[in-house]
Amino acid sequence: MLTWLIEPLEFEFMRQAIAIGLSLGILGAVVGSYLILQQMGMMSGVISHAVLPGISIAFFFEISVVIGAFIAGVLSALVVMGIQKRSRIKVDAAMALTLTSFLALGVILITLLGTNQINLEEILFGDILGVTSGDVWRTILITVIILLLTKLFYKELEFYTFDPLGAKASGLPVNLLYFGLVCAITLTIVASMQTVGVLLVMSLLVGPAITAYLLVQELSQMMLLGSILGAVSSIAGMYSSYYFDLPSGAAIVMVIFAFFLLAFLFSPKQGLLTEPEIKNKVINWLKFSK
Amino acid sequence: MLEVCNLSVNYRHNWAVQNVSFTLQAGQVTGLLGSNGAGKSTLIEAILGLVPLANGVVKWAGKPVAKQLDKVAYVPQRSQIDWDYPVTVERAVMMGRVATTGWFRQHNRRAKMLVKNALERVGMWQYRQRQIGELSGGQQQRVFIARAIAQEADLLLFDEPFNNVDRQTEIIIFEIFAELKAQQKTLLVISHDLSETLNHYDQLLLLNKQLIACGSQAEVLTNENINRAYDRYDNSAIQPLTINHYPNANLVN
Repeated sequence: MLTWLIEPLEFEFMRQAIAIGLSLGILGAVVGSYLILQQMGMMSGVISHAVLPGISIAFFFEISVVIGAFIAGVLSALVVMGIQKRSRIKVDAAMALTLTSFLALGVILITLLGTNQINLEEILFGDILGVTSGDVWRTILITVIILLLTKLFYKELEFYTFDPLGAKASGLPVNLLYFGLVCAITLTIVASMQTVGVLLVMSLLVGPAITAYLLVQELSQMMLLGSILGAVSSIAGMYSSYYFDLPSGAAIVMVIFAFFLLAFLFSPKQGLLTEPEIKNKVINWLKFSK
Repeated sequence: MLEVCNLSVNYRHNWAVQNVSFTLQAGQVTGLLGSNGAGKSTLIEAILGLVPLANGVVKWAGKPVAKQLDKVAYVPQRSQIDWDYPVTVERAVMMGRVATTGWFRQHNRRAKMLVKNALERVGMWQYRQRQIGELSGGQQQRVFIARAIAQEADLLLFDEPFNNVDRQTEIIIFEIFAELKAQQKTLLVISHDLSETLNHYDQLLLLNKQLIACGSQAEVLTNENINRAYDRYDNSAIQPLTINHYPNANLVN
């Protein structure tokens, strides 16, 4: 068992992949908790696709791709909010429009600017084997900064995400808090791109957070349990990817889903199978089949 | 004293509230009445600066309300809240202290005492560890009333606090109104109820986009005023939001 656990660690790329996965599991759950409590789970999908034009422009001007992706991601979230606030259009439609428009702009920019060297597949699905030690440190740095900021602004963010009108009425700068959240979400996505790719990053943000959501009754507990689930899922996904030769990003996502399924079925207070009525039916059925 | 002067709110090219002026005195409970869509919630949100004003001024003690929001407590409609949010009763009430406690600080002992007292006052202290979604409607309302009490505000605005609450909660809320009144606080309460509970209010405002009437129960609740406020002259529920009311027109059926 122990050799089974240690063997993959002998490879530099596995050590780095696990470090980055651990870090992202924690980061995704903390930021994702806010995201799903705002009923904006799909927003991670919008931002993660909307980074493409930013990447293209950054590539063209030879500045850091991270910066380009970050700016484009934040911009897309503001566009969604603008459309939603200033019209009767609901948030889901605004997100669908924004996602596709930004993605299209990105595709066009790649052709126009001749930045075809951008490997679209790598952006979409990530490449854990291509992680450098620089990526690892950058991800850990982002995680530490965001965790610190979450701790500092915890009570304000909790108030804002629970009761935005009440928070605004008590004089909190709600637009600034929203902007801060959007920045945190975008940073998380940019940091995760390399590992799981933009298509799967939604899972890291949403999955561990909603699994914890089914099991706890306070935001801080949700973040803590979500972080543990996220970290464990990342590592379990990495190992199964190593031993069964699976694509690492997809393996992580499936472990996250497996945890969710367990909580969905067996959560003491919210589980499908723990509802008294269904529980009795199942027990009776088991007895009967004996 | 709260002074509202010529307040108008335009919402996506429609007038939600038009030219409303009134004053609220300290030590008084004012009821804000009107039909659905009459602009009651919008009026309260406008007083707080939650929606942009098209026109008008709102002053508290001679200064703009927006500059002294720490003195104002707001109890939103229950339907606006996500009751599945993972927060316990105690922490939800503690949110009333967030602005006063300030950035980068932990809540102090006094804040915790205020929260405890407020929860005891509404009879919810024993439920402090419950997740808010596990409470009944009346209990949820009392949690939010406790939050407003814990805030120690001078001006308190309540949006439909009696909507779908049990009798016990209604009694507790009116007791609290009387106590706040005795402490010289200013209260504005949105209500649908035109029954005997109106005796609890010192002043009534009747709203239908514009202020139909303002004053004592006898002054406000005349047949003509009620017909104008509830659009009784026209049975269709759908009214263009920009409708004008001519004070001298005979609107009674």
